[in-house]
Amino acid sequence: MNVSHLGQASPPLRRLSELRGPAPQRSLDARALAALAANPGCRRRALLDAAGVDKTALAQQLGRPAPFGQSPFAIRRGLQFESRLKRDGYAVLLAPLRRRLGLPEDEVASLAVPDLLPAASPAVRAERTAAVLAEAAADPAGWTLLDHPMLRLEVAGSPAYLEPDAVVVHAGRCTVVEIKSFPVLDGSADPANVGAAARQAAVYVLALQEAAARLAGRPLSAGPYAVQELPGAPELTVLLVCPKDFSSQPVAVPVDVRRELAVTRRQLSRMTRIDQLLAALPEGVTFDLARDASGAPTRPAGELAAAVAAVPAAYAPECISTCELGFHCRAQARCAGGVEQLGRGVRGELGSLRTVEEALAAAEQGGGGGPELDEAAERLAYAARLRAGALAAGGVR
Amino acid sequence: MSLLSTLARLEAVRAQRAQPLATVRHRHLSERPMVLVPLAAAGESGAPLAVLLGTDRESPRLHFVPQPLNRTQRSEFLAAVAREVVPYLASFGDEVELLEGSEKDPVSGEKVPVVRELCADAPQLIVPNAGGVSHLALLGRSTRFRRTVEDPDPGEYPSPTEVPLLGRWLTHLTDRAQVPGSSMLLAMTGLLSRHWATGQSNLEDQHLAARLAWHLPPAGFEPPGTGAAAAEWVESARDGDGLLLHPPAGPATDPKFDERVLAPAILRHDAAVAVRERAEAARDAAEVRRAAGLVEQAHAELARVLLSVTLPTWHDVWHGLDLLRALPAAGHLPDRWEGDRWSFTMHRDRVAAGEPPQPRRDDAVTAARKLAQREREQARLEIQEALDDPLAMAERRLAGEAFAGEVVEVVPEWSAGRSPKPRPLLVVRTDDRPHADPGREVHRAHAEPAQRAEVVSAAPGEVVVRLLSGMGRRKDPEPGSVPEPGTAVVFTLFELAPRQSAPLPEPADTPWTHGGPPVAVEDVPVGADEWE
Ligand code: SF4
Repeated sequence: MNVSHLGQASPPLRRLSELRGPAPQRSLDARALAALAANPGCRRRALLDAAGVDKTALAQQLGRPAPFGQSPFAIRRGLQFESRLKRDGYAVLLAPLRRRLGLPEDEVASLAVPDLLPAASPAVRAERTAAVLAEAAADPAGWTLLDHPMLRLEVAGSPAYLEPDAVVVHAGRCTVVEIKSFPVLDGSADPANVGAAARQAAVYVLALQEAAARLAGRPLSAGPYAVQELPGAPELTVLLVCPKDFSSQPVAVPVDVRRELAVTRRQLSRMTRIDQLLAALPEGVTFDLARDASGAPTRPAGELAAAVAAVPAAYAPECISTCELGFHCRAQARCAGGVEQLGRGVRGELGSLRTVEEALAAAEQGGGGGPELDEAAERLAYAARLRAGALAAGGVR
Repeated sequence: MSLLSTLARLEAVRAQRAQPLATVRHRHLSERPMVLVPLAAAGESGAPLAVLLGTDRESPRLHFVPQPLNRTQRSEFLAAVAREVVPYLASFGDEVELLEGSEKDPVSGEKVPVVRELCADAPQLIVPNAGGVSHLALLGRSTRFRRTVEDPDPGEYPSPTEVPLLGRWLTHLTDRAQVPGSSMLLAMTGLLSRHWATGQSNLEDQHLAARLAWHLPPAGFEPPGTGAAAAEWVESARDGDGLLLHPPAGPATDPKFDERVLAPAILRHDAAVAVRERAEAARDAAEVRRAAGLVEQAHAELARVLLSVTLPTWHDVWHGLDLLRALPAAGHLPDRWEGDRWSFTMHRDRVAAGEPPQPRRDDAVTAARKLAQREREQARLEIQEALDDPLAMAERRLAGEAFAGEVVEVVPEWSAGRSPKPRPLLVVRTDDRPHADPGREVHRAHAEPAQRAEVVSAAPGEVVVRLLSGMGRRKDPEPGSVPEPGTAVVFTLFELAPRQSAPLPEPADTPWTHGGPPVAVEDVPVGADEWE
């Protein structure tokens, strides 16, 4: 899946492309968008993503590269698995869909796999997908498989392009298909993996709902749990296709994504609109890495860090596994002594105490803090007395 | 995370060093543990790549699959691992205690005396992290149904007999590891997290070397130090080739290592094997000899690189054990370890009796039993930890579930009736704020015999309780059974003996709707789902 932006140079788009500099626009994948939705309070990430900045290169130049990567073994295995699916005519996808629709197993339906212009630009591909989807939805009897279609989704007031693995269209409705490499073992998969996949798939379902609403010329319904009754509308149950047990035999598992869809919709609506983020940005800020003729970035790290610091962040330790700037933002949080470095929950626990030193000072005040100590601080002081007493009793201090 | 552990984390940030979360060691540590550092092959669930293991810190042993996709090599690997692990486990089965008890005779219904065996000690496996436990569970699942040459229908790829046995043991141990407080299979990150707080988040603590960097300066980190900078160095410092200076603890390897080191080394090994096969086909003795040398060289090179990414973690696990061994053992450890010994003994007996491997999925009765057992053990663990460790008790006090203080006054009183019993009032001065309404039953910690009391009144700074038991049978309390003024006391709102949960029916008495008889013999399509 890709997220990129329309080419018309409206003022915000021009400003976004200035932020990026002459570098090619980076596309996001569904995982990144799901991560964006998971931390909707982070303006830094929202802006960098909207501008299509290469966050991997940015983190590298800031001196704290992201630890992400994929093993060549995993990539090879993934490709093998996907080609195996195609080789048997996607039977593994169609069988469970047929069952759910109550169609006879032996009914031989020919599967149309239209050309979706994979080499074209995202905008063109999205147009093409929309047209094919409308056509397929109008044919109640046929089966159509959209192989890596391109979907458009509005994110914080700017269009993004997403690429699911596949969408199957039949009887006027479509089903999102995601191909995953984690196994379904003895009939169940690891809940953490399924959860992540469901969050990703929910983003596609949302994009398809928007597409169906656009096609019908109607606004997107307000209720996130409502099943759209429009031509080409997506099912709220998606299919995950995974290896079965320890084999490379594919198996499809239906996953209800209604909850994830509701969460994603709510989170995306909470994101500050990009134009507001741009308006709050000081003049002249850019994330241009100033690459020289050989492509090596020349922008001094300090200058770049200052530019990044101009956009407020919302760091939490989860960032380290979801965002390329995780190590950079963590270093900043540590430098500032923020309590968020210890975990999301800690912040709520400590109330208005925002830094480690503030919190420790409150803990040391003991009972004599007076009324200016708020409830969290008082509890902390009580905890500190208990801790000191217990450590002394245990002979540790 | 509780406020007390948050506080410890805050202190760790300031000190840039791990801070205690326990004053005693809450898990049993064996004198002869087996440490395993398993690595998985990327992209394929549960496919083993290598394991560094052993009971001797000075001489770990490496086993690996030269070509992770080759099922014969994988089988040989598993057999080699089984030949290390199974004898280690079995060595604990020999020395037993004989316990006399009684059992209902199934025919006459009368109680008859029986003597049961309980193994005097049990094995203990230590892995670096929770991922290591999951990996062993997958290995157990993928091997316990393997057909062997001894099967009536050994199939196309029979395994050595030790392999399914290893699978059954790994399944048993990983299952037991789910029981709170059990110690037969432990992850080092979990052990350290129970006993110390670092100045980073729980998520970052899952990286064994990074969390150890809050205890000891990591090898190679300059200038030597502990804390955030050391942890970050361990997580991310790379050499000129882009390889991590401190490899991750597995089971996943660093993708860069896979790409730059492992993949080429596997390729060279594959190529050498191909040369040898060609030479063998051509019956070219000289070429076969030369090729054998190439294979040997490639094999040694693979061993070298795999050792280089497991050995640092091996040392980390042992350093973790050093830290833990320095803590005094908690009082209830022998009690909980006995549970592990029973678990070990019973599985030993099931294997010896020739019972089939554990099913793929538990039936309803077994699943309910396991769940009930885990809940019971969780409750027991919490009580025992609170009694063993003032810091664990402090957690309960902070939660309002216990209070500690000093007896400032004792008012002797007696119950009404013909034979009055002592019912003294204790005035306890405490800073704690227990959720103790009048009438609430409380329990005196560390009282021998157990002592109950009832809250009479609770005001800030002072709680008055009336002792109800544990003072003997006479009119006057047994000497020493009533704390005198000046004595430090702790009362808990929770019971100090875990409540027995409602007993579950025996499998035979369970209705078939809940998985009772008729006993469905697990269909074991052995070998049907081995790796490809
Ligand atoms: S790492 Fe930084 S930029 Fe990325 S989501 Fe977290 S706070 Fe935002």
